[in-house]
Amino acid sequence: MKVLVCIKRVPDTGGGFKLTADNMRVDTTNVGFAVSPHEECAVEEAIRIVEKHGGSSTVLTLGPQAAGEQLREAIAKGITGAMLLEADDYEFWDPAATAQAIAEAVKPLGFDILLFGNESADACNYQVGVRVAHLLDLPCVTGIKALEIQNNRAIAKRETKDGWEVYEVPLPAVFTVKEGINTPRHPSLRGIMSAKKVPIEQRKVTRPAPQLVRKALKKPQEGRQLEILGQGVDAVPKIIEKLREVGAI
Amino acid sequence: MILAILEISKNALSEASWEVLTAARDLAQKTNSSVAALLVGKGAQALASTLKGVGAVLVADDQRLDSFIPDAFAQIVSSAIAQKSPKIVIAPGTETGNDLMARVAARLNLGLATNCTEFVVENGALKRVTRSNWGGSLLEEVEILSSPILLTLQPHAIPAQMSDGHTPTVEALPVALSEKDFRVRMKELIPSEKKGISLTDAKVVIGGGRGMGSAEAFKMLEELASLLHNAAVGATRVATNNGWRPHSDQIGQTGAQIAPDLYIACGISGAIQHMVGCKNSKKILAINKDPEAPIFQRADYGVIGDLHQVVPALVAELKRLKGV
Ligand SMILES: Cc1cc2nc3c(=O)[nH]c(=O)nc-3n(C[C@H](O)[C@H](O)[C@@H](O)COP(=O)(O)OP(=O)(O)OC[C@H]3O[C@@H](n4cnc5c(N)ncnc54)[C@H](O)[C@@H]3O)c2cc1C
Ligand SMILES: Cc1cc2nc3c(=O)[nH]c(=O)nc-3n(C[C@H](O)[C@H](O)[C@H](O)COP(=O)(O)OP(=O)(O)OC[C@H]3O[C@@H](n4cnc5c(N)ncnc54)[C@H](O)[C@@H]3O)c2cc1C
Repeated sequence: MKVLVCIKRVPDTGGGFKLTADNMRVDTTNVGFAVSPHEECAVEEAIRIVEKHGGSSTVLTLGPQAAGEQLREAIAKGITGAMLLEADDYEFWDPAATAQAIAEAVKPLGFDILLFGNESADACNYQVGVRVAHLLDLPCVTGIKALEIQNNRAIAKRETKDGWEVYEVPLPAVFTVKEGINTPRHPSLRGIMSAKKVPIEQRKVTRPAPQLVRKALKKPQEGRQLEILGQGVDAVPKIIEKLREVGAI
Repeated sequence: MILAILEISKNALSEASWEVLTAARDLAQKTNSSVAALLVGKGAQALASTLKGVGAVLVADDQRLDSFIPDAFAQIVSSAIAQKSPKIVIAPGTETGNDLMARVAARLNLGLATNCTEFVVENGALKRVTRSNWGGSLLEEVEILSSPILLTLQPHAIPAQMSDGHTPTVEALPVALSEKDFRVRMKELIPSEKKGISLTDAKVVIGGGRGMGSAEAFKMLEELASLLHNAAVGATRVATNNGWRPHSDQIGQTGAQIAPDLYIACGISGAIQHMVGCKNSKKILAINKDPEAPIFQRADYGVIGDLHQVVPALVAELKRLKGV
């Protein structure tokens, strides 16, 4: 099996967003970087497929040089190869452009399974995987939470309110993955050391004309007024009062 | 024309579809245009007659379309766009709506703005949209350069309004599908085994985070839930990643979106990716030992203290009150 997994470097902003003065981007001063949980799970799934069925796995990102950090994190966990499509103006790529660059880069490589996140952590466009599948003329199942490979076919499951939807498609195929498909491993110390030596294949990509153009970022309204109910167990009577107010008791 | 793509769920229009119709009517009024609704799937014809307040209903009703068959639906929507030349196409920003519209956008090589929350119309033309980023914790204003404009609407962003306007004309669309359009198709539905009240239906949700410390500790949250009406237990990503709870219990950007009357957050710091999943709760009560924890800026009620003392004391008091 030849497996591809596409990831995207995003700021790791648990505490809240600070925007740059022009409101065009998230201020990343003193902020670490991560990939979406969906993509972490896609990386884990790629490693597991190769562990079970043999073959190789490649992690790919379109982004800045610095995204080498996220590629090496994936290698440290067990991915075998990496590719960086280097774009300096990466923040202004739209999903169609990103999909086109990815499709062009991977087309000659003949992957059997191409994994994406269901949606990216930041822009949440829900479409790069679907667009790549279309450009490569491959079947695509989105939002999967289970994947099994048998005789060059894939059985993928989606979880809905009503239950598990089961899909079966021939390989090669594209899947967009949701967190919950597995529990990602942590890299081993040895993995981290050896990941430093794995070469990253790099090429520059240029942006086609955009269809979507960002004008500004803004924060949604947050309007809650905090009332402190008390310290420790002394707060219990007040908590009971609030539970009564909502009819919970 | 504004083309509104509607979603059929259990022989009825989904809630999100009514929101799409509301948004489409508003856009039509502001851009001096009309609304055509498109219904795809087995049983679409029967539903068409229930729609009011749109100019036309286009239906693609076919025995083979008995579930959401992504490429077949995309083919039908794409050919409807080619045939009717709408200025704007809007669909629900649900899982199926986003999947469908991504396929349509890919086929037609058009831009697609997903999960829109607001529209800016100037001089009778749609100029910009606001869409949700980071699962809704940040908003992005975008301009769409390609035409027709493809959009999906963030669920719950615009309250659905019924319209009793005139009865529309109904037009059956030809359904021309190839074998390839059926290459991705649901083979089977395995009904969910989940018992009890689901996170999304519960009136009270009790969430546990890193402060719980173990899978074992969640038992006291289960016990608390059992003492309340209509309550369920949820978790943060730290708790699910540590294997304390299954991922289906996770609340947040990459987990469930909940909207209970009360959310009780225990040992949870209040990271934006968690809070975006519970921001529609009517009230949020946080129990955290750190008075500086960000959750206290995003909650209605705060208890500063060790949850391992507060929760057992609360459970004991509820038991005493109930006499159990
Ligand atoms: C570091 C970085 C930051 C950016 N920040 C923003 C931003 O805040 N807002 C914004 O609108 N645009 C941003 N962009 C541009 C944005 O990535 C584009 O709109 C487009 O590349 C894809 O949109 P998406 O990631 O939301 O796609 P989605 O369709 O939501 O992504 C689905 C999946 O596609 C894959 N994927 C997406 N992008 C890449 C990539 N660059 N490389 C490899 N795989 C990828 C991932 O597997 C992802 O889970 C950023 C781009 C980069 C590289
Ligand atoms: C793209 C993306 C998507 C994400 N999606 C999700 C998601 O869907 N859901 C989600 O939850 N997270 C998500 N995360 C992770 C998120 O950013 C946070 O890391 C996570 O929510 C933190 O979980 P926590 O509050 O349990 O842990 P922490 O942030 O470590 O907080 C623990 C809190 O417990 C308190 N505490 C400790 N001991 C006690 C005690 N004895 N009594 C009382 N309080 C105590 C501490 O003071 C602290 O405030 C996502 C992250 C990214 C980047």
